[in-house]
Amino acid sequence: MFYIYCPYCGEHREEEEFHPKGQAHLERPKEPEACSDEEWGDYLFFRDNPRGVHHEMWVHAVGCRKFFNVTRHTVSYEILETYKMGEQPSITADSQSQAREGAAVSQQEGVRA
Amino acid sequence: MSNAATFDTRTETAIPVESPLAYSYRRSGAPQAGGPSRLQLRERAMLGHLILRGGAIVLDEAVRDVLGLNLPGQPQTLVQDASGERSIQWLSPDEWLVIVPGGEEFPLETKLREQLGSAHFAISDVSGGQTLIELSGEAARELLMKTVVYDVHPSHFPVGKGVTTVFAKATTILRRPSEDRWELVIRRSFADYCYRWLLDAGAEFGINVQQ
Ligand SMILES: [Zn+2]
Repeated sequence: MFYIYCPYCGEHREEEEFHPKGQAHLERPKEPEACSDEEWGDYLFFRDNPRGVHHEMWVHAVGCRKFFNVTRHTVSYEILETYKMGEQPSITADSQSQAREGAAVSQQEGVRA
Repeated sequence: MSNAATFDTRTETAIPVESPLAYSYRRSGAPQAGGPSRLQLRERAMLGHLILRGGAIVLDEAVRDVLGLNLPGQPQTLVQDASGERSIQWLSPDEWLVIVPGGEEFPLETKLREQLGSAHFAISDVSGGQTLIELSGEAARELLMKTVVYDVHPSHFPVGKGVTTVFAKATTILRRPSEDRWELVIRRSFADYCYRWLLDAGAEFGINVQQ
């Protein structure tokens, strides 16, 4: 059993009720005609494949049938947060690495003391 | 009044109507337990099912005026009138399922459309596409534990809750209108599969099908 928190249903639900729908926060170019082939190709076909924190769209397919965003760690599969469409993530790769550096510094300080 | 084209799906002409389970009753029958049964199954066929979509505030006002019920604003909630015959269930932040006695759905839809006027909303009559199955008896929860992925323990599934979830390899709307009664809203195309699953899973409890 693996539970995912649906921000619209307001509770954890079984994984079987959800489908992943790819990278989140993709923005369609406002003027496609003004794009170069490379810009348009990047938008259509190229996706991030990070090792670590990734923002994805998921849909609560058997449930409220709403799309929402998931911040997931691609190595541990840990879901760090879920948030509604239109919202911004509070956890990012940057915020994670800062937290890690902070933890490393305080550990060193702990050793010194 | 909106300019949507509407029509009453229940006509005066004598067209034979069958519930989504009509074929299943012929094929699988309606098993009766010999002695006392721990599980009863009863279809509430031919009820009126409407899907309401739109903003909660606008719909709430119309539903209170027309139906005398508050629109459940909280996720996973179900409200009923005093008789228990009319209910509204939250399905998603902008979608609700209204179930009323058969024949009431078209007058209700018409009145709601009048009330809502030019507001941004949608009403779909889905009465023909799904049916409601009622489970009761002390083994009802045990049967559900074998069937749905959702946690049906009373501490997690109190009276007045309703969810859409996975039913075996199909989907269902599962709701708990009273302490000893559960309701399943299943799709017509999956009705036979669900019915046969329930008969099979309910056999060990001596399932009793009331028709
Ligand atoms: Zn949901």
